[in-house]
Amino acid sequence: MKVLVPVKRVIDYNVKVRVKADGTGVDLANVKMSMNPFDEIAVEEAIRLKEKGVATEIVVVSIGVKQAQETLRTALAMGADRAILIEAAADVQTDIEPLAVAKLLAAVVKEENPGLVLCGKQAIDNDMNATGQMLSALLGWSQATFISDLKIDGDKAVVTREVDGGLQSISVKMPTIVTVDLRLNEPRYASLPNIMKAKAKPLALKTPADFGVDVTPRLAVMKTTEPAGRKAGVKVGSVDELIAKLKDEAGVI
Amino acid sequence: MAVLLIADVNEGHLATDAVAKTLTAVKALGDVHVLVAGTGGDAAAAEAATLAGVSKVLFADDHSYCHGMAEPTAALIVGLAGGYSHIVGASTAFNKNVLPRVAALLDVMVLSDVTAVVDADTFERPIYAGNAIQTVKSLDKVKVATVRTASFEAAGKGGSAAVEKIAAASNPGLSDWVEDRVATSDRPELTSAGIVVSGGRGVGSQSDFALIEKLADKLGAAVGASRAAVDSGYAPNDWQVGQTGKVVAPQLYVAVGISGAIQHLAGMKDSKVIVAINKDPEAPILSVADYGLEADLFTAVPELVKAL
Repeated sequence: MKVLVPVKRVIDYNVKVRVKADGTGVDLANVKMSMNPFDEIAVEEAIRLKEKGVATEIVVVSIGVKQAQETLRTALAMGADRAILIEAAADVQTDIEPLAVAKLLAAVVKEENPGLVLCGKQAIDNDMNATGQMLSALLGWSQATFISDLKIDGDKAVVTREVDGGLQSISVKMPTIVTVDLRLNEPRYASLPNIMKAKAKPLALKTPADFGVDVTPRLAVMKTTEPAGRKAGVKVGSVDELIAKLKDEAGVI
Repeated sequence: MAVLLIADVNEGHLATDAVAKTLTAVKALGDVHVLVAGTGGDAAAAEAATLAGVSKVLFADDHSYCHGMAEPTAALIVGLAGGYSHIVGASTAFNKNVLPRVAALLDVMVLSDVTAVVDADTFERPIYAGNAIQTVKSLDKVKVATVRTASFEAAGKGGSAAVEKIAAASNPGLSDWVEDRVATSDRPELTSAGIVVSGGRGVGSQSDFALIEKLADKLGAAVGASRAAVDSGYAPNDWQVGQTGKVVAPQLYVAVGISGAIQHLAGMKDSKVIVAINKDPEAPILSVADYGLEADLFTAVPELVKAL
């Protein structure tokens, strides 16, 4: 079974995000970029499936700027077999919307015929949490979102989903779209020899036009602002003082 | 045009708080119809009809909707979509699963985690874990959105809308429910609780998390946890507060042994009053806390429990 894993290049999760003063977005100049952490978990899961003999080939896809090649090389160094970059934007500030991404991925799925698509549940930049569900809709496939456990058994997959009150198990028909949550696995680090080897792995370059997909945004961004700040309060010296403040000053207990 | 509000129903019970807060967010946009789906949802439908601002409740009494399965639920909503300018739901695991699927089937974008409705086309939503707020104008004919309930007050009771039974859509038959493993607890639900007590990595172990629970029970509070505490196995994931967990805005949030990583702050910084108990004077949580107590949690928390 072939497994497709979409990966996104995002601002590194350790970087403190700064909103640009003119309200046009966040500052991405000279900022460390990395693979979206949820996508790393998806890549790791695909590699584990290959190690178990369930997956035969892992294809990673990224949609965005040409620099996303680095993200794809990271996935190849972890253990993916080949990569596809769909260059859909020239400016690093341009975020391709989940609907357009899902349409491009649907076109890739039609060409590649994977039995499983493993996505991260959300990208930590736009926090949309939508691409996997949208891809599943466009393909008319089943969807298994926010999963922390995956078992593939013939033409079905049984997954554990992280839901609001606890966990939910569902069984979905294959082929399926899975979106992964944080606790599914811990992604491996790529070793130096594997990083070197990844440079020789195939990476195909495409454009949205190759797939006949229009990536024009449906949401016009009017402005991007800093959230209302919170001012630091006071330090209290003891538990008794804390209780007194909460009772008399804040009136919350 | 009217608004279709997708209700969360758990085991036949309406998630009234989530629905009532979403209702507040959208009621200025037009008549609001609430969709209650699932066999045994009669009481939930009747409850939804009492919310002030609901003009009609649609009730799809069919077994295929009982466990919030994405494919049949999305098919049902898409079949109803023609009459609506907006299709919305609370930002719960249920709606985050279903509504992006609905949006793609309608060939429109989804607006996730809306925190403010500016007008019928324009919405605010957080990006980068709440470190920036984006104002976006939708160019789509139908707006599909999830609403961050922590940003809105719950609508009151006093309505008396009609409940109309509707037919089920055909089930695509792509998935089957197996089981729910939902912890039952007498504590208030995390996203609607008035007080939340959360523990972080500083708590140190699963057994010591009992300290956090004891304090929560003393205050009649819900229990939360930072992602670090969840990742370390101290607390279950459905207690997680933050960018990748739940977003809460209680009257009082008590952060115990939580350093205050960006991703945690994203889930609680809109709380009315924040208390931080931390032995590290440099912990970032202290920069957002109204009251900071620099102390060892293992002495301060038992003292608090005793004094309250």
